[in-house]
Amino acid sequence: MYWLRRAWAEIRNDVFVLPSRTLALAWVIGLLLLPAVYSDAYVLRILTMTCIFAIFAASWDLLAGYTGQVNFGHALFFGAGAYTSALLSLKLGLSPWLTLPAGAAVATLFGFVVGYLCLRLRGSYLSLATLAFPLIALGLLFAFPDFSGGELGISGLRRLAATPTGNYYIAAISMLVIVFALWLVADSNFGIVLHAIRDDEVAARASGINTPRYKLAVFGISAAAAGFAGALFAHYLRVAGPSTLEVALSFQVVIWGIFGGVATIYGPVAAVFILYPLTEWLGSFKAFGELRLLIFAVVVLLVLLFMPRGLAPWMRDKAETLCPRCKQRNIFYRKVCRLCGAGLKAHASQSKVAGAQRLVGHQ
Amino acid sequence: MLQDILVTGLVNGGVYALLAIGFSLIFGVARIVNIAHTAFYMLAAYCFYTLLTRTGLGFLLSGLISVGAVTLLSMLCYRLVIEPVREHESAVLIATIALALVFQELMLFIFGGNFLGIPSTLEGGMRLFGVSIPYQRLLILAVAAAMLALVWFVLYHTRLGLAIRATANDLEVANLMGMNVNRVAMATVALSVALASVAGVVVAPVFVVDPFMWLAPLVTMLAIVVLGGLGSLKGSLIGALIIGYVEAITVFTVPAGAYLKGAVALLIMVIVLLVRPEGLFGVVFEEER
Repeated sequence: MYWLRRAWAEIRNDVFVLPSRTLALAWVIGLLLLPAVYSDAYVLRILTMTCIFAIFAASWDLLAGYTGQVNFGHALFFGAGAYTSALLSLKLGLSPWLTLPAGAAVATLFGFVVGYLCLRLRGSYLSLATLAFPLIALGLLFAFPDFSGGELGISGLRRLAATPTGNYYIAAISMLVIVFALWLVADSNFGIVLHAIRDDEVAARASGINTPRYKLAVFGISAAAAGFAGALFAHYLRVAGPSTLEVALSFQVVIWGIFGGVATIYGPVAAVFILYPLTEWLGSFKAFGELRLLIFAVVVLLVLLFMPRGLAPWMRDKAETLCPRCKQRNIFYRKVCRLCGAGLKAHASQSKVAGAQRLVGHQ
Repeated sequence: MLQDILVTGLVNGGVYALLAIGFSLIFGVARIVNIAHTAFYMLAAYCFYTLLTRTGLGFLLSGLISVGAVTLLSMLCYRLVIEPVREHESAVLIATIALALVFQELMLFIFGGNFLGIPSTLEGGMRLFGVSIPYQRLLILAVAAAMLALVWFVLYHTRLGLAIRATANDLEVANLMGMNVNRVAMATVALSVALASVAGVVVAPVFVVDPFMWLAPLVTMLAIVVLGGLGSLKGSLIGALIIGYVEAITVFTVPAGAYLKGAVALLIMVIVLLVRPEGLFGVVFEEER
């Protein structure tokens, strides 16, 4: 009873004081309880795909948002994971539980290779060079159709679980675990170093940080998460095709990331959870089916024009203010900080300017 | 086969040069990575197709009208979509991607996804060194050369060109010297999109027109620009010829080369980047803070 009351107090004092934390808690609980309440196969299917893409978007954000290595070819890691797990489970007959980590491992290897090749590049050069890698892989796949299945890809994989609910839980739980792990990484000292590399690599190196090693590490971590997502995707759809390497997928993840707000982890995840079901839902209407991508692009353009830093940071700035003295967040209607008692209103405009300066890459 | 390679490489290289120089110009002046660049090329091809088949205007007139219309559209897009988010580099990127998607979907909606053919502007061909060259390809080459000469003239012999080069060199100082940087950027956008739409118009009779025709040249163009050095016009021209020839050699000599041509071109770009990260003729921009 004591522990229960203690936990309640913790939750009330730490979670319910901020709308963003309340929302995150509600989102986690909702995800976990949904199949018990509403288990329509179509909804579960869309949510499973959403979870898989959420992993993918979060991994892009760690690399592009935090470290400033804006990767235009993130689909390479997704495709590497998908094709590896598909080939291993079909040609060697391994169980899906082994091929998922194997896909992530091979993707990590690709991440190290790409990261090594791109160590000397920065800014737009890096973006454009990374765009090339999945296309090179795609060209090789089409040139050796016996091995890769060519246009059709590798089909006939086994699913991880027999029921839609089982598949949903596998995707949702791995999504929660990976996203929170990425968020922890980004919030640790390691993440602070990544911020430093993005804001000023020369200064970071001058402060004694081995930046190539950090960049390689973050390429590896990000690729591992993306490869895991790719392997899940292949096993869920039971096919690993060339669509996992396409430019469209690489652009899609860039759109999710920037739409949601970079360097936040939760932003891209929120963006996937908004945009993916939205496009699927629009696609289900006959009249809108053909216009789906058009509406998607227009929505993205409008959001950008009105909140250029992305959706999640914009909403967070509206709902919460930063305490000027202790840098803790407060809900927007408070007049004094909940922790240190400093006045909030006078500095609200100042903190907004400080926030707006956090941009991706070097200007 | 050697002659085939020589001619195909030259023609493709000319088209790529038109695209790459415009892209490079925009990047140099305004630091905009314009993903929608080849989408304008696609739009120009569609516009040309519509004018030619529906209204019965001549080749020259419909070509000129489509170049003008697409250039106007690009200036409008710049004003409405790109300029408000100019300070946010990532927002500009996603805005241009979204623009390209909007154009692709609009064309898909209006014309459908099927391939549309345009009758050749010039029939017949000539034989040169034992290889037959259709006049259409010669026309592409001539137009590309003329446009490149025009761009060179504008950049190096007019006041606008001086302003463009100054802005590319140092945006802030150009602004301090009293140039309207925003207007210069807009003029650059117009110039570069005009180049892209000229490419779209002359290429349309050779290739087929479809809503996804912007993706393949986009990737090749990016490879060329990175290979030659971002923002360097000379680099873009030479890079375009290199990539044009590499693609031609791959297609004609390697089995399954049509699939591999993109991969080989990109591989060359990656190798050049490894050896010389700023590209062949790239200027090493000092730290931009």
